Amino acid sequence: MRLRIYYPVLATAVLIVLLHLALAYADATYYMTQITMSAYYALVVIGLCLLMGYAGQASLGHAGFFAIGGYTAAVLTTYNLRPYADAPFVSLCRALGLTMQWKDLYGTDILSFTPWAAFGSALLLTGLIALVIGASVIRLKGHYLAMATLGFGLIVYRIALGTPVLGRADGISNVPPFHLLGSLQVNGRAPFRIQNYYLAWVVVLIAMVLALNLVHSRVGRALRSIHENEEAAHSLGVNTYRYKLAVFVLSAIFAAMGGALLTHYSGSIGPAEATVMKSVRYVAIVAVGGMANLWGAMVMGILLNFLSLRGVFGSFDDTVFGAILIMMMIFAPQGLLRVPRLRALGSLVSRRSHA
Amino acid sequence: MNLPQIVEYARSGITVGSIYAIVAIGFNIIYACTGIINFAQGEFLIVGAMTAISLSHVLPLPAAIAGAVLVTALLGGLLEIVFIRPVKNASVLRLIVVTIGLSIVIREAMLHLWGETVRSLPYFTGTAVSTVTILGAGVSLQVFWVLGVSAVIVAALTLFFRFTLTGRAMRACADDRMAARLCGINDRWMVTLSFMLSAGIGALAGCVISPVTQTQYDMGAPLAIKGFTVAIIGGLGNSMGAVAAGLFLGLLEAFVTSQSSAYKEAVSIVVLLLILVFRPSGLFTRSDVSALRTA
Repeated sequence: MRLRIYYPVLATAVLIVLLHLALAYADATYYMTQITMSAYYALVVIGLCLLMGYAGQASLGHAGFFAIGGYTAAVLTTYNLRPYADAPFVSLCRALGLTMQWKDLYGTDILSFTPWAAFGSALLLTGLIALVIGASVIRLKGHYLAMATLGFGLIVYRIALGTPVLGRADGISNVPPFHLLGSLQVNGRAPFRIQNYYLAWVVVLIAMVLALNLVHSRVGRALRSIHENEEAAHSLGVNTYRYKLAVFVLSAIFAAMGGALLTHYSGSIGPAEATVMKSVRYVAIVAVGGMANLWGAMVMGILLNFLSLRGVFGSFDDTVFGAILIMMMIFAPQGLLRVPRLRALGSLVSRRSHA
Repeated sequence: MNLPQIVEYARSGITVGSIYAIVAIGFNIIYACTGIINFAQGEFLIVGAMTAISLSHVLPLPAAIAGAVLVTALLGGLLEIVFIRPVKNASVLRLIVVTIGLSIVIREAMLHLWGETVRSLPYFTGTAVSTVTILGAGVSLQVFWVLGVSAVIVAALTLFFRFTLTGRAMRACADDRMAARLCGINDRWMVTLSFMLSAGIGALAGCVISPVTQTQYDMGAPLAIKGFTVAIIGGLGNSMGAVAAGLFLGLLEAFVTSQSSAYKEAVSIVVLLLILVFRPSGLFTRSDVSALRTA
């Protein structure tokens, strides 16, 4: 019976293929680029959903983690190590195969870390930062936590904006593609579009399976008990601090993964990714998805980011997300699919994941 | 650093510091009545200043400012009635998220109304260059306006909360809402009033600071986070603490900026994080009181 929670994963996989066929039939495969990007943004949302929806802890700093992941990947794969090629550390990395030689757009020879090494470092660094930040702020409650994470996000934004090696206001461009295995690569150029569409979805579905496993395990029940009533959970022997911290770090790593992959896909990253508005946007998407609803968060994460990337909201982009946030909190704090009139629709789309 | 320079930095620190204090008091008023932090507090200052700037084209300056304070106060009350009141059996988290949404929508509305142009009100007395010399440094007359208005706001609020019936009723609501209701106080109206009051003093602060710092649609969020820092340092709900903390943060920021201007914004955030981690109850509160809030 436990396998039932994975049925939607299979259904989604089928839908993904059907969507591809439909786009191919409509001769609109260029939509796939934005779908791929939205999928990487959805990774942040899935992580944040674990933290906000299940553990009940608000974070207004997840764009910061996304940016740390993206910037780490970008710096390590573009920073030219050639002048330091003989330094002990660099030669060690070369001997270990952690570096690669390539030519950028202008034909300059570049010796940099490989995307794999950069990706690993990005996740590790983000995890460490989240651990340090989380260890100190996760004890805080409600608005204290919200403001502390907001402050963290602002600092990341300021650092991105003020540090020369991070490209200041221009950000970092010319980030090389991420060669995964053989000809499989995270690359935003048109010939790789279909391959990347599936690649992004596979990453998202793996993240979903991990997240679903988590919420249906002992850990998930502990997190929900913390959300419901932290004191009661604590008195029953749930180590609330450790669980909250762990899920905080995990959600930060999800965000960093999205950031690093999207940076390789689009070939650049800028300080716009680290703004508070981005963090608020992720919170809004989790709210629309229904807070403690991973499928809702994933679907909304892809849908709303896709619409935003297509420019559907025009100059009202931020306004739309602000308004969504207000409306959801006032009228449907449990998410759109829990509104009585839409519940029938909801039971079709998402099987309530609280077993 | 010579004496005139020190006076110069102290002047700028005290000026912005007193504005931070007013923002913090705005946070405090709403927090005391409802237990929520209004993330849109910084936007009230900008709405106030922008409205006053627009009105000042057709009205004399004092009338324009009075009009702006009135408009912003009404806006604050309206927001409470439309967006905060209908949220039933609300958790604090939900209400906070609503105010975050409000701050974004207000900011974007201002962007569409007033554009990205940096504007400012004219100096209240004299011009940008008229100064008074103190210890060898020129101090702009507007600085005295900022300090004077801040002092008047703090004094007036203290008198209001201590000696008027409405002020006492608001304090009763803050203390125990159910008991206040049983005494015949209309607690809903008190919450609306707290939003109006907080928006109104925010607008006034936005107007007096506008000639010094200029006004742009997106300046609300940094003001809000600094105001929040000040409110936390002073202890949430403690207005005198807020004044002291505001001056402290303003001066700290001014003197750090004198060394390296790149990290001006980071100063208050680092202070905020340190305070939240080590002493979330504020510097002037006994820790056992606030243990109830953050434990």
